[in-house]
Amino acid sequence: MTTSAAEFAADLADELANFRPDMLRFARLQLRDDPLAEDVVQEALIGALTGRQAFAGRAALKTWIFSILKNKIIDALRGRSRSINISALTDEAEEFDQTFDQLFKANGHWMPGARPGNWGDPEEALRQSQFWTIFDACLNHLATNTARIFMMREILDFEVEEICAELKISTSNCYVTLHRARHNLRGCLERTWFGPGETSC
Amino acid sequence: MLSCKETTHLLSAAQDRPLAFKERFALKMHLLMCKGCTNYRTQMDFLRQACDRLKVTNTDKEQP
Repeated sequence: MTTSAAEFAADLADELANFRPDMLRFARLQLRDDPLAEDVVQEALIGALTGRQAFAGRAALKTWIFSILKNKIIDALRGRSRSINISALTDEAEEFDQTFDQLFKANGHWMPGARPGNWGDPEEALRQSQFWTIFDACLNHLATNTARIFMMREILDFEVEEICAELKISTSNCYVTLHRARHNLRGCLERTWFGPGETSC
Repeated sequence: MLSCKETTHLLSAAQDRPLAFKERFALKMHLLMCKGCTNYRTQMDFLRQACDRLKVTNTDKEQP
């Protein structure tokens, strides 16, 4: 006796439903738009259930559904990519520059209290679920347009040139935005998770 | 000689493009002498690692 296709689909649907909360969280982080996040998750789940693409067993199921989700998020981002707000991005840059400059002495070297600290074995943090709550919060704390460019680069694997073309911004603007995102993220993690910086160079 | 401020920009750029020989050399000289920027470099690598983890397994919470 063989399992019917309908039973198989029902089992798959059950298994995939378990990932829904994680998928939603992931989509929200990227899109910052709850209704849109719901939509892409729904589309990814439907795509997985109706697609003919095979997956290689239970262990790969999550990777598989997230790769489908990633593509749906990229589509959604492309759909609104022309709408990046250049003046908002410039505002984010100016606001950042003011606080960033204060971290350095006149000669461009770290102010003593601002020097980045030794995080010990940071990989240990990756194994702790509380760390991921903090990491999400720090990502959400990034300014909107800065976050969007960072996510395109780090989560959706766009090259810098692709981001520039997609959003119609200059390469140098892209690099400073990525630096800003990383700098703010590391600062957020140091404040909330890893503890204060070095006291001497 | 690179300042720390310039160094942070290069350390971020290194995540996105291959650095030119001149940039790599200047960076190396600076990092030899500066603990803060050396930490910064580790932190940039760590962010990449955390994002990789976020997108691949989406932080499998069941994992020990």
